[in-house]
Amino acid sequence: MATFYGTEVESRLMLGTALYPSPAIMAAAVRASGAGIVTVSLRREAAEARAGQAFWEMIRGLGVRVLPNTAGCHSVREAVTTAQMAREVFGTDWIKLEVIGEEDTLHPDLFGLVEAARILIAEGFKVFPYTTEDLVAARRLVDAGCEVLMPWGAPIGSGQGLVNPHGLRTLRAHFPDLTLVVDAGIGLPSHAARAMEMGFDAVLLNTAVAKAGDPAAMARAFARAVEAGRLAFDADPMEPRDMAAPSTPVMGKAFLG
Amino acid sequence: MTIILNGEPRAVAAGALDAALAELGYGGAHVATAVNGEFVPRDARAGITLREGDRLEVLAPLQGG
Repeated sequence: MATFYGTEVESRLMLGTALYPSPAIMAAAVRASGAGIVTVSLRREAAEARAGQAFWEMIRGLGVRVLPNTAGCHSVREAVTTAQMAREVFGTDWIKLEVIGEEDTLHPDLFGLVEAARILIAEGFKVFPYTTEDLVAARRLVDAGCEVLMPWGAPIGSGQGLVNPHGLRTLRAHFPDLTLVVDAGIGLPSHAARAMEMGFDAVLLNTAVAKAGDPAAMARAFARAVEAGRLAFDADPMEPRDMAAPSTPVMGKAFLG
Repeated sequence: MTIILNGEPRAVAAGALDAALAELGYGGAHVATAVNGEFVPRDARAGITLREGDRLEVLAPLQGG
């Protein structure tokens, strides 16, 4: 069970709902993943098409919690207004807070992120900040009242996995009791398993499933990897060593030389 | 008057935001609104009067990562 602002969620896999070949394939992938939380966004609605209404009906039918995001926001003001609008539309005070600072890497603007988090927490939001492994930013976010942090593994959509495992390990060690989710950059189930083995509470991914040849099958693979990684963490893995250590007992070996 | 609806100029007769939304085809739609970058909650729409050139954003749930 992972805990998000006091809410316990069975699955440690969180899934995005974007980029799937079709809404039906998205729904199949969400079901196959076993995810209890999916991310969603807010976009301009055309009066004639009402695409958003159909999407919302489909998501509600999946019986999962939604985590709305502020994707694409580059300023504190934009992110705060988007969060306020999301709270009304989705009926949740959970918000995945993204304040983007750099276009090529979609690197979070950590200064804007802290400022926006302060504003939103004062307004009663439960903020899930999309951040980096930066320890000082993490401290500021926690001081602002964040009970969950979501450091990136690699740039969004890059599929590179955990590019700074040392930084992620350090973050985990500095905040042993905080809910930490590796969000973004995960490309393969082994990346997700590695994050879980390091003691992260959950992983959030989207592109790795949505852009797979068979998204539902990949969602299943991720579900197992996340579960395996968590089991391994709980089982307290051995420490690596430089030299060999025989696993077969030496005592009682025949002398045949 | 002309307002900017989701980035595009649109003519609208009604002044009150709730009436303007109905006129623009959003009657009963599950949407959130902002005028000139400020969030306008659903129950505050009737009290907001649109003016020439106002920027109205009408947003709805969509896929996200």
